[in-house]
Amino acid sequence: MKKLILTAAFLGALSTTASAAEYEIDTKGAHAFINFKTSHLGVSWLTGRFNTFEGSFNYDGKSYDNAQIEVNIDTTSIDSNHAERDKHLRGGDFLNVGKFPTAKFVSSKIIDKGNGKLEVKGAFTLHGTTKNIVIDAQKIGEGKDPWGGYRAGFSGTTEIRLADYGMKEVLGPTTVMLDLHVEGIRK
Amino acid sequence: MKNTTQNYGWIAKSLHWVSAVVVIGMFASGWWMVELNYYSDWYRTAPFIHKSVGVLLLLLTLLRLCWKANNMSPDAVGNAFEQFMAKAAHTVLYLLIVVICVSGYLISTADGRGIEVFNWFVLPSFGELFVQQADTSGLIHKFSAYGLMGLVLLHALAALKHHFIDKDNTLKRML
Repeated sequence: MKKLILTAAFLGALSTTASAAEYEIDTKGAHAFINFKTSHLGVSWLTGRFNTFEGSFNYDGKSYDNAQIEVNIDTTSIDSNHAERDKHLRGGDFLNVGKFPTAKFVSSKIIDKGNGKLEVKGAFTLHGTTKNIVIDAQKIGEGKDPWGGYRAGFSGTTEIRLADYGMKEVLGPTTVMLDLHVEGIRK
Repeated sequence: MKNTTQNYGWIAKSLHWVSAVVVIGMFASGWWMVELNYYSDWYRTAPFIHKSVGVLLLLLTLLRLCWKANNMSPDAVGNAFEQFMAKAAHTVLYLLIVVICVSGYLISTADGRGIEVFNWFVLPSFGELFVQQADTSGLIHKFSAYGLMGLVLLHALAALKHHFIDKDNTLKRML
């Protein structure tokens, strides 16, 4: 009986360590950003961001075998610092947010490539279409914050093509680079 | 210059017919410009002209309402029901013009940018007054414009009916 209790306690301790590796992306304190950029006429970059999203990730601090990340994006929150353009981007020519108000990324596998470089594979849903993508990511850092919490942060980039997600490409063939900066607070 | 019991004065006539041409032109340009290709020569100029004219139309309409308030209207024609319907239609016509101008203003100024009126002056922005301002105002702008065109058609048909069927002076007094 004693042995059983010990085993239970041990298993309990194990599971606490596992759940201690769960992080919530700090969108409340806005220490996370989903930015995008796309070419403007081939002469420059147009950049913008999604202001509203939420997500979480699992990372035990050692290996990425069990690591996982999920992010949900409110597509209506697109912001390129120009009301008329944002209205156009939310409309039927682009995101069609009336019909597709959310976008989502769920990782399926994270590969450690050494030197803090990561390859995050997963499914990205945008404009009602789900595609497998790869995010080139890297770990930025982790450690205790000054306010009693524990944080870890990553950044990553990926490039998507609008046509792959069923958008009309009214500007011609269009690819968009997505830039993610996520800082998580350990739960 | 001023209206009489039988006729509109030339100021009221001018305000009416300039508004008529501008309102129809604004609907046509708005209808056309939202479908323009990004690489069209008109992609930037058409909205610029549309917005500039829209601001001027709002000023003209406010002037028109002031003039109307300080002026008599020619005697109404028709029975009580017709008179009531005509009055209601006119009120809604004015109201829709103002709603369309204001909602258009709210689309373009939602990010704090003012509206440039023909490089003459900039109408300042009040910023974002409510969430999703550009999108909500856009819907109001569009459907009010459809409603206005429907009412304009009714208004024109009614004037022609008075002229050709009833053979009264309803149309003539505005010419």
